[in-house]
Amino acid sequence: MKVTFYGTRGSLATPGRATERYGGNTSCVLVRGEEGSALVLDAGTGIRAAGADLSRELQRVDILLTHLHMDHIQGLGFFGPLYNPRMEVHIWGPASATATLDARLSRYLSPPLFPVLLRDLPCRLELHHVPCGEIKIGPFSVVAESVCHPGPTVGYRLSDGGAVLTYIPDHEPALGARHFPEDPEWTSGWELARGADLLVHDAQYTREEYPSHLGWGHSSLHDALAFGALAGVRRLALFHHDPTRDDHSVSAAAEAAVAEARPSFSVTPAAEGESFVLPAPR
Amino acid sequence: MAQQALELILTRQLASCLSVPIVLMGPTGDILFYNEPAEALIGLRFQETGPITAGDAEGRVRLTDEHGSAIPRGDRPSAIALGRQRPAHSQMWMTAADGARRQVEVTAFPLLAQAGGLLGAAVMFWERDGR
Repeated sequence: MKVTFYGTRGSLATPGRATERYGGNTSCVLVRGEEGSALVLDAGTGIRAAGADLSRELQRVDILLTHLHMDHIQGLGFFGPLYNPRMEVHIWGPASATATLDARLSRYLSPPLFPVLLRDLPCRLELHHVPCGEIKIGPFSVVAESVCHPGPTVGYRLSDGGAVLTYIPDHEPALGARHFPEDPEWTSGWELARGADLLVHDAQYTREEYPSHLGWGHSSLHDALAFGALAGVRRLALFHHDPTRDDHSVSAAAEAAVAEARPSFSVTPAAEGESFVLPAPR
Repeated sequence: MAQQALELILTRQLASCLSVPIVLMGPTGDILFYNEPAEALIGLRFQETGPITAGDAEGRVRLTDEHGSAIPRGDRPSAIALGRQRPAHSQMWMTAADGARRQVEVTAFPLLAQAGGLLGAAVMFWERDGR
């Protein structure tokens, strides 16, 4: 599978020269499989460009939403395939205890926030609730599980038989833990990430910033590295960069955390436009 | 080893941060976790016992009425929380693993997943003459 970042920023889009390297668009990752199949992870502002890059031959695309915070759905209405009547679009995401995915998404995709109603989109649209056990989408096996973040939120584990990608962009597994990380059995997201070839994981804060953002649903870089080690991943892409951070400070924060933690796996801050082909050569 | 459901993980983390004795049970009544205040109450240390099966727990802690008669399993708050998926509260006497006998109030509530389904129960204890 080929994994391409179209949006790596957390919370708020941050365009401009200061964020050229890692990008200013909010969460969106395009995963391509065999025979041109495509999955889109989250619908942040990066999804507009992801939609434009999809093959015109494609007849079906699946969007896997982790949750419905604005930075993960803001680009949805600008995803070109939604306006193609020949296109089959499947949106997967969590319901809440009181509202369906349809009802929750319609709060955004309706006036006054957006001019086009979800039900009026020209594509053939189908909505699905997760978690719902293992699902098969084209060549991919997909597992969604609830993870620690305010409101209904899932992470995804994608496998094409040869490689595993785990995507947990908003995640605070250290919340309430006295000594993180402790027991894998009692760690949010561990099973999703176990042995992944690539883990894309929340790393919004520095260790110094984290205490003043406790419970906001995000991880420090150090906790992201510790989580990756606990799960035994092969590679970690630090994701959901804080909007206050420019390219220089994203690099500096990652380098400092890696120098201290000395992980046994490869670590890189996720950069818009960057691709990974999985599995990587061993 | 499988990972526990998020709702159980968060309940355990909450319990770890509270001074109220809390026992976290799975859907069949196995004890998955108990916090430090509960350790003092039931006379065991989680670090030493780890999870305890429902059958094993029965032999370690005795729950009785004021006359010393065992409280039928189905009448206990934990059984009501798990069996009927309703909160329950009652008073009883507890003889802990270390032999200490205490009068306690017990509140149990079911843990129902976001997507529905019973995950277990949280059981909280208050010592009658304690705080």
